[in-house]
Amino acid sequence: MTQMSYVRTNMLPEQKPPVTQAGPIRWLRENMFSNIPNTILSLLAIWFIYSLLGAVLPWIFHSSWNAGSLRECRQSIQAAYGPDASGACWAVIRERYNQLLFGFYPSHLYWRPILAFALMLVAIAPILFAEVPRKVLWFSGLYPFIAFWLFWGGTVFLPISILLGFVIAYVVAITLPRFVGSLGAVILAILLPIIWWATLAGPAVNLMNRTLAGVLTPSYIAKMEREKSRNEAIISSKNSDPAQVDAAKGLIKQADRRISDAENIGALEAKLGKLKAAAKEKLASLPASVKAYRSLAAVPDTVSPADRAKLAAALLAVTNYNKAKTKLRHVYAEVGRIGFQPVESSKFGGFMLSVVIGVTGIALSLPLGILLALGRQSPLIIVKTLSVGFIEFIRGVPLITLLFVASTLLNYFLPPGTTFDIILRVMIMVTLFSSAYMAEVIRGGLAALPRGQYEAADALGLDYWKAMRLIIMPQALKISIPSIVGIFIGLFKDTTLVSIIGLMDPLGLSNAIRADSNWNGIVWELYGFIAFMFFVFCFSMSRYSAYLERKLQTGH
Amino acid sequence: MTAISDNEPRAAFRLSMLIYDTRYRSLTIQVVAMVLFMLGAGWLISNAAANLAALGKPLSFGFLSQPSGYDINQHLIAYNSQMSHARAALVGLLNTLLVSVMGCVSATIIGVFIGVLRLSKNWVVSRLAAFYIEGLRNVPVLLWIVLAMAIFIETLPAPRAFRGANPSATMYLDNMVAFTNRGFYIPKPVFHSGSWLVVLVFFLSLVGIVVFGRWARKRFEDTGQLLPTFWIKLGIFFIPAILFYFIMGHPITLDYPALKGFNFKGGFHLRNSLIALWLALSFYTATYIAEAVRAGIQAVSKGQTEAAYALGLRPTRTTQLIILPQALRIIIPVLISQYLNLTKNSSLAIAVGYMDITGTLGGITLNQTGREMESLMLLMAAYLVISLSVSSVMNWYNNSVKLKER
Repeated sequence: MTQMSYVRTNMLPEQKPPVTQAGPIRWLRENMFSNIPNTILSLLAIWFIYSLLGAVLPWIFHSSWNAGSLRECRQSIQAAYGPDASGACWAVIRERYNQLLFGFYPSHLYWRPILAFALMLVAIAPILFAEVPRKVLWFSGLYPFIAFWLFWGGTVFLPISILLGFVIAYVVAITLPRFVGSLGAVILAILLPIIWWATLAGPAVNLMNRTLAGVLTPSYIAKMEREKSRNEAIISSKNSDPAQVDAAKGLIKQADRRISDAENIGALEAKLGKLKAAAKEKLASLPASVKAYRSLAAVPDTVSPADRAKLAAALLAVTNYNKAKTKLRHVYAEVGRIGFQPVESSKFGGFMLSVVIGVTGIALSLPLGILLALGRQSPLIIVKTLSVGFIEFIRGVPLITLLFVASTLLNYFLPPGTTFDIILRVMIMVTLFSSAYMAEVIRGGLAALPRGQYEAADALGLDYWKAMRLIIMPQALKISIPSIVGIFIGLFKDTTLVSIIGLMDPLGLSNAIRADSNWNGIVWELYGFIAFMFFVFCFSMSRYSAYLERKLQTGH
Repeated sequence: MTAISDNEPRAAFRLSMLIYDTRYRSLTIQVVAMVLFMLGAGWLISNAAANLAALGKPLSFGFLSQPSGYDINQHLIAYNSQMSHARAALVGLLNTLLVSVMGCVSATIIGVFIGVLRLSKNWVVSRLAAFYIEGLRNVPVLLWIVLAMAIFIETLPAPRAFRGANPSATMYLDNMVAFTNRGFYIPKPVFHSGSWLVVLVFFLSLVGIVVFGRWARKRFEDTGQLLPTFWIKLGIFFIPAILFYFIMGHPITLDYPALKGFNFKGGFHLRNSLIALWLALSFYTATYIAEAVRAGIQAVSKGQTEAAYALGLRPTRTTQLIILPQALRIIIPVLISQYLNLTKNSSLAIAVGYMDITGTLGGITLNQTGREMESLMLLMAAYLVISLSVSSVMNWYNNSVKLKER
């Protein structure tokens, strides 16, 4: 019998798949043109993208980067791209980007905010990335004080005195439990720093300034003289333009005033002593009918005009004394300063202001939000009611009303005569605002934890705070990280609202720039640049949170 | 044997037990918290009272009844500058509600649309939707508001461009609407005698739609027969009202805006501050709604769809009956909190000069009367009432759709 079957002995080479079933064409067929409705949708979308880009791209690239005003811009664009061309005038960004980034911060001091931001990256590195050594956290703890000093300048003793309060709290909390029990130590650790800040810190800083002023007066005067001669050189130089000359003249006047102040510290002190004696005497000799009053508006109508006049005179003497005292303090601070040139809050602006407010708000609202969330979960009915009331109140009103409170009302709630900085007030309100939202997010994290975790912590015999610190919070915070970043993005965007109460954030600055006659009528370039900057900040943060979410994923 | 008593011997109460005994400690903490809160609140209030007294303006709401002395260009109820500050605040409140309701409706429509596009299997379309979402939500809403206002002022023609024999700008939709840099002009319905019947019939047909819907559902559950409810409802919506409109002899006409002199007269004038605020808020909030819709639909597990297919349901019915009811449970709470955000964000109206309650009570009234404390208290109270009432509705809804577990 013969075997009649035929078996192929050599394999055929593998054939390539049909063109329509491989590579980009297959991808296109599957993802864009799988059926008729899909094809129509794709074509519509492509047409939309094409017309959008067709409208925007020529505008972006038919642009002028080098011009001194909007009119020059338009002329140069028309010269380059034909009479009907309209393009972006990026020259405004080129001329003003310093302002959009730093506001009116003195330009020779830009290195300070830049250094502060660079250090901020170092300070938040151990929080953002687990690979960074834990020891860097010490620097993160110190960073707020360094940053405060770099941004606002002034004497180094102010941040040190504030830091000292925290050091006191730490030392008390570490050493005292042996002597006064843990609860006593906690109470003292809260109480002592408050006493230090409220009563002793201010005079201590003043004392340091005063002592140093006594030592540094000659070198200070020499420094001012040097500054004067530098400015005189600017005035006499032929290259300087009128604006520089004006600025130099102003600086010379300021230096003169400062020199005379520094030379007359002794006289100022003597004058202060006299004013103090006068005010004391007038207050002591007040008639009985007005003795109890410290404001004219509060005096009842029955008091005779003569007594009223006496009270007015006494109050005036007190005001004069206070003014002289403040003035002398300023002189001490200026002459005896070990530190940087101070920069007023009104000079802050641009993205620097947004970042400062945003970062402070988020950093302070996180601990506050944790406390509020714990308060809301607490079985203690009063603590719970207070927390819920606070959270619901803050979440129920728009941020702008809280900023109105900061700008018009907050001073009313403080002892008469206290005023403090608008940026600080805004920071307080922003912190309160975001802490309520933070509390809700963390509460979500707490609620998402299985009950077993709480029970396990109890079973280990941990007390409430230890259980929260070691078991509950690490997990709850991990769950809520995406939402916390979400709140931060929201807060950062909300910092633009401060332009409504007159601070110079990027949006406020864009109005200021358009008020300049050179740039009157410029709209899209400024808004486009600001939107782009915000987009870069916020989008990268949301990407970071997505990365973190993936990294912290412990499930399957 | 001695019986072991359940009761431990009662120790005498010592002061230290207030701190160390868990039975009393919570009480101590609460009392301390309450006392601290009272002290803090008392301190703030006494400071405020002292400061206000020193300024000569103790707390009083009398200024509300004084004439306001300022005009509000967009008002839903009768208002002029002789009316009181309270009336101005009410006009502002209605303006807030107007832009919020308009914004919520349009943000929902845009948001659902974009959210569905985002889920599309079509790559370009879903990328485009993602681009829209990320592009809009990563930029502050205040910027969008002022940008929208700038677009209207800079790019739309002035009313005078519509003048002359050969105007450079034209009206749209058969001369019914005009888009100008002073705002949009749209036709206004004018109700003549007999129009009330048409309106009544229209509202009755709305009731009819609801009644019919219930009846059709009951019939379906009883007999299993489906009716083409959508088309029937559409018919009930339009036909009776249109029929009565013709029977009564066109009792409702439209008042068209027309150019008279240098400006448009007649019709509704929607200020561009309102339109800018409305569009910016709705496009911005729509991004969050789109994400909520996407997350809600994706949260329904794939097994649900597969189970529905296994039961033989068609894809549209699967979406209607299986996916949407489960997704809505996730979407609606987010949706309502976005409505609240939109309402609160509408306070940014002040940036474009739309007179909402922040602009009237918290803006001009505050500045004219110098009554910061009272104005801001009332302003916050107004927003709180809106927020708390909406969130109580949300809580009620959440409880009613909550999965009933152990």
